[in-house]
Amino acid sequence: MVDKIVIENLSLQYSDGTESLRNVSMGIRQNAVTVLFGPAGGGKSTLLRCLNRLNDLTEVKASSGQILIDGENILDPKVDVVALRRKVGMVFARPVPLPMSIRENVIYGLELAGEKRKSKLDEAVERSLKLAAIWDEVKDRLDDPAVALSGGQQQRVCLARVLALQPEIILLDEPTSGLDPISTGKVEAALLELKKEYTVILVPHSVQQAARTADYAAFFLTGELIEYDDGRKMFTAPKQRKTEDYIMGRFG
Amino acid sequence: MMKLFARNRHTVQRIGFSLITLMAVVTVLPIVGTVIFILFKGGSAVSWEFLTGFPHDGMRAGGILPAIIGTLYLTIGTAIFSVPLGIAAAIYLAEYAKENRLTRLIRLAIINLAGIPSVVYGLFGLGLFVLFLQFGTSILAASLTLSIMTLPVIISTAEESLRSVPQSFRTVSISLGATRWQTIRRIVLKEALPGILTGVILGLERAAGETAPILFTGAAFFLPRLPGSPFDATMALPYHLFVISTQVPEMPIQIQYGTALVLLVFVLTMNVVATVIRSRARARRQW
Ligand SMILES: Nc1ncnc2c1ncn2[C@@H]1O[C@H](COP(=O)(O)OP(=O)(O)OP(=O)(O)O)[C@@H](O)[C@H]1O
Ligand SMILES: [Mg+2]
Repeated sequence: MVDKIVIENLSLQYSDGTESLRNVSMGIRQNAVTVLFGPAGGGKSTLLRCLNRLNDLTEVKASSGQILIDGENILDPKVDVVALRRKVGMVFARPVPLPMSIRENVIYGLELAGEKRKSKLDEAVERSLKLAAIWDEVKDRLDDPAVALSGGQQQRVCLARVLALQPEIILLDEPTSGLDPISTGKVEAALLELKKEYTVILVPHSVQQAARTADYAAFFLTGELIEYDDGRKMFTAPKQRKTEDYIMGRFG
Repeated sequence: MMKLFARNRHTVQRIGFSLITLMAVVTVLPIVGTVIFILFKGGSAVSWEFLTGFPHDGMRAGGILPAIIGTLYLTIGTAIFSVPLGIAAAIYLAEYAKENRLTRLIRLAIINLAGIPSVVYGLFGLGLFVLFLQFGTSILAASLTLSIMTLPVIISTAEESLRSVPQSFRTVSISLGATRWQTIRRIVLKEALPGILTGVILGLERAAGETAPILFTGAAFFLPRLPGSPFDATMALPYHLFVISTQVPEMPIQIQYGTALVLLVFVLTMNVVATVIRSRARARRQW
């Protein structure tokens, strides 16, 4: 199986001097959940934000290396970032429903992409809300404001909003950090369904979640990729001392 | 002992609250007082003829239509220049400009512009628009002068309300494949619009009520007809009020107060509109 994403010698330094990624190289498999975990400040979010060029919005002092998606270096300044962001969707830690109805939230990206046909949009709403396991809960109130939903429901609508664009890669940055265990379970179940079609990269909010969901797992510590392996191996028999310490809860 | 102390504290608190309430009432009194006073003194002068007629007998009789229409023209003229420019500047400052020496200079200029006495704007307008650009004493020159005066208010309130839109909306929108401009147009401006409108109305309200900036740039002492083009001078409510209060001997007092009442209603109406927009938007806001 080929790698969907290949990261080569990626380093990144924010304008305040923080070295958030140091020479990271890894390949990320298609149709699998790859988990990036590690203590706070390890550079996990930074890496995710490189993958859809969201770091373009922040002040970055220096970055080097490349990220190949389907063989194309997306860090090249000539890359069409809008197209890239449609292909690489992102779900954030805190659900951020845009100030509009549930339906409008879900079709926001599609409309910007130029889709005007109502049938297509309706179809996308139903398909993506079903995929995000939220359809039954909201199908009768699609025109209500999305903020009126509970946090867990909002987060799944945010996931649906990303799915509506039919991306190829889905980035999730601690998507369940604010959610109760039941909502968390629903989101995780949705992820398992999603990996059949998509490449999923997840920053989990706990080691337990990492162990539950990971097909592959990467351990990050202060910007360095310490260990990268099959998920099962990583959480039963880590090779690095630092990884083991972290998994056993001995630090961080 | 403890009980006594506790009761004491309640008493102190009650006195404190009463004092604060009293002060709040005291601040409202002058405003309410002014309105009632003007209404009382000028109410009898305001009639259909007063609102739709021309002044005659050396302005000692008749109506104030040219002044009302003039103020309307000046307000609209000011809006035409200052609203698009002000909003554009605010968008630039809030959404695009990086924090650097230039933007700090622009902000400093805006703050200082807001503090300049209005008569100075009048002189500036005279020099630039009336004389140098040869617009003459005209609605155009006066509107431009008023625009310069209103711009700082519009820019700073609009920038403020753009900035109050949560950053996360922008990040999410961009992450869904929106461009910066699409994000501004579809999310940020929509959410900031009530605040922007409030600032616009407050700015225009000030423009409508000012005398000094139009004194040398566009205001006419008396005109027997309505202005026909932007290059005509015009009568205006605040200037007319100034004229009939100080320049015309044996002026009937009701006409003065009647004119003041019309100006007050004009400005207060704008204020009420601003308040309604703001409270409606706040009730509807989803963040
Ligand atoms: N916009 C920024 N400007 C400057 N430094 C930043 C910025 N964002 C992150 N950093 C720094 O980069 C480092 C990595 O941050 P990052 O958010 O990627 O870590 P993380 O692994 O996601 O941590 P967490 O588990 O807390 O979310 C940290 O030291 C952080 O302080
Ligand atoms: Mg993070």
